Amino acid sequence: MPKAVQRFAVKPGAEIDGFTIGECVHNGGMATLWSVTRADIAVPLLMKIPRVSEGEDPAAIVGFEMEQMILPRLSGPHVPHCFAAGDFARQAHVVIEVIAGQTLYGRLAGLPLPYEEARLIGGRIAEALEDLHRQNVIHHDVKPSSIMFRPAGEAVLIDYGLSHHNQLPDLLQEEFRIPYGTAPYMAPERLLGSRDDPRSDLFSLGVLLYFFTTGVRPFGETETMRGMRRRLWRDPQPPRKLRPDYPPWLQEIVLRCLEIEPVWRYPTAAQLAFDLAHPDQVNLTGRSERLRRDPLRTVWRRRFNGDVTPSKPKAELAAQLASSPIVAVALDFGEQAVELNEALRVSAQRILATLPSARLACLNVLKLGRVTIDRTLDEAGNNKHVDRLVALRHWASPFKIDESRLTVHVLEAVDAAAAILQFAAANHVDHIVIGARQNSLLRSLLGSVSAKVAAEAACSVTVVRPPRLAAPRDPANADAASDEVPV
Amino acid sequence: MRLAVFTDIHANRQAFSACLDFARAHGAERMICLGDYVGYGADPEWTVETVMGLVADGGVAVRGNHDHAVGEIAETMSAEAQAAIEWTRGRLNPSQRRFLADLPLTLTEEDRLYVHSEASQPSKWRYVQSTSDAGRSMLATGADITLCGHIHRPGLYSMSATAKMSSFVPIAGVTVPLLRGRRWLAVLGSVGQPRDGDPAASFAMVETASREITYCRVPYDVAAAAKRIHDNGLPPWLADRLWVGK
Repeated sequence: MPKAVQRFAVKPGAEIDGFTIGECVHNGGMATLWSVTRADIAVPLLMKIPRVSEGEDPAAIVGFEMEQMILPRLSGPHVPHCFAAGDFARQAHVVIEVIAGQTLYGRLAGLPLPYEEARLIGGRIAEALEDLHRQNVIHHDVKPSSIMFRPAGEAVLIDYGLSHHNQLPDLLQEEFRIPYGTAPYMAPERLLGSRDDPRSDLFSLGVLLYFFTTGVRPFGETETMRGMRRRLWRDPQPPRKLRPDYPPWLQEIVLRCLEIEPVWRYPTAAQLAFDLAHPDQVNLTGRSERLRRDPLRTVWRRRFNGDVTPSKPKAELAAQLASSPIVAVALDFGEQAVELNEALRVSAQRILATLPSARLACLNVLKLGRVTIDRTLDEAGNNKHVDRLVALRHWASPFKIDESRLTVHVLEAVDAAAAILQFAAANHVDHIVIGARQNSLLRSLLGSVSAKVAAEAACSVTVVRPPRLAAPRDPANADAASDEVPV
Repeated sequence: MRLAVFTDIHANRQAFSACLDFARAHGAERMICLGDYVGYGADPEWTVETVMGLVADGGVAVRGNHDHAVGEIAETMSAEAQAAIEWTRGRLNPSQRRFLADLPLTLTEEDRLYVHSEASQPSKWRYVQSTSDAGRSMLATGADITLCGHIHRPGLYSMSATAKMSSFVPIAGVTVPLLRGRRWLAVLGSVGQPRDGDPAASFAMVETASREITYCRVPYDVAAAAKRIHDNGLPPWLADRLWVGK
């Protein structure tokens, strides 16, 4: 057992591990927060000190241990930067940067929010979750008071006391027989002891979106285990029942997040962020129109057949993210593109066949002239933008994939490569599939789009060429190497 | 200080060489050997000599059940293990046998305990396969960190101040902080005969100042180790299992 150790007196002016204690800014149930300074650190700092005296909730200690392990290993704009961590041998603490402003909790008085504002907030939280999941962490306490925003707009997730790190020991897993968390936001599988499914965070975000757009919590405020367990079989009232003007695309997104079975939710936070960024592209299923909850027959079946028990083998977080990528295929509809587009289809088909949770974004760039004034209509009076959308859908139709996995986008831009790169960055695309222009004259005049995309993209890029035809022999240059020019 | 900790080397020269090279290249300053230097593999002389050399250079070693069996007629071993031990006994010279017989069963250094099997009854050679096995061992020692082997499968257990246990299968290459205020028991995987389905040699590095452990996996020349077993007429299954890590 830990030996008796001498603790520091925590009071203004005291010094702990080189940090000078300022005022106490928060006195919470699990921890106290102090404003601290250190000469060599210019940004405002907070020291979080757990309550660990006799009789305190052991969850405060274990939660703090988890935070102490996880916080120093996280990076990026969506987490508070951690400057130091002290353990229980002396004075347990973590020192993090101050995130200015209030948590989303401050917005509760003004609910419901306008749909558009809720969409933007939800999208930012989904992006933050995506970043966190990629760092092998499931937050497990997504709720308004855990979410703040940087001045540039990025959501910051705070409080990692209930989190799970897929590559570190989970001290909460065996410590407590009852699930720890915030009852209204807790995913159903958490009630069955699951702590390793990143889609639990998507459920909590769904609760938040529902609450922020209707003003009502989908599963109420029950704190009892019995009350919480109802969500294992009882679905919430569809938002449209509460607000007749509720947009179908938003109900589709929210109810998909709130699916009881994790497998019916979005496979990744990136895919959820994608839908929130493109509401006009959300595939509307029966969910979007629903006006009442599931019939009692369905509810009873779930409850008494136990067919909603999401027992599953332990999923590797990284493997799950890798199996659900966003794949963007860039298509050109110019002359000579038929063969290339066929080759692109074969490549895309292979990717989709191996990754049943992947989603496909089909892109086409509608080139704008640098100097000329563009018209929306072509010579025959057809709307060019709409024509391209139709062509993209037509190209994708042989895939016969679920509509919810497919979106089409016409990007209007002067520079095609830049437009594709920008789309990929903004939408967290994992893999770009693009054709290499075959006409060497055109390529030499215009430069290679695929080369620029391959060189500058932050994700993987596959450059596709149509099956090679035998090269015409040039008798004057018979020894020349094949024209395998890198794109 | 950065420690490299090896266990269950089992006379596998190729695997042990690869691990030692890896450890030195990654800044290991001191070598800790947790037993079972012989048995199963075909290079017991080289392995024992190497461990003797590490100890002479300031490292430490404790005794495992196979090392113990070299000097005893063990009753609890499988037929294959017994055959390998009898073969080994004839290969080692008296000073090597003396070295193994004189090794301690446990060794404590600062807040760390080194033992081959577990701390509650080290001479009973019990396996740590569950949180209750781990808890029994942790309660039997005053050390905060126990390092052991014997089961050939990596595992990491901890006990909170309120005696609640946690268990974890460590991931190679990921550094885990051994938080103060809790007790830890690290079961290392085997250098010379992994049994967790991964044929790569397994060991761990421990950073004493920051109290962090990193489990490591090192690929080695399995074909050469297997050939040595075949060439020396040892049971063929001892070579076959190296390929699959079972």
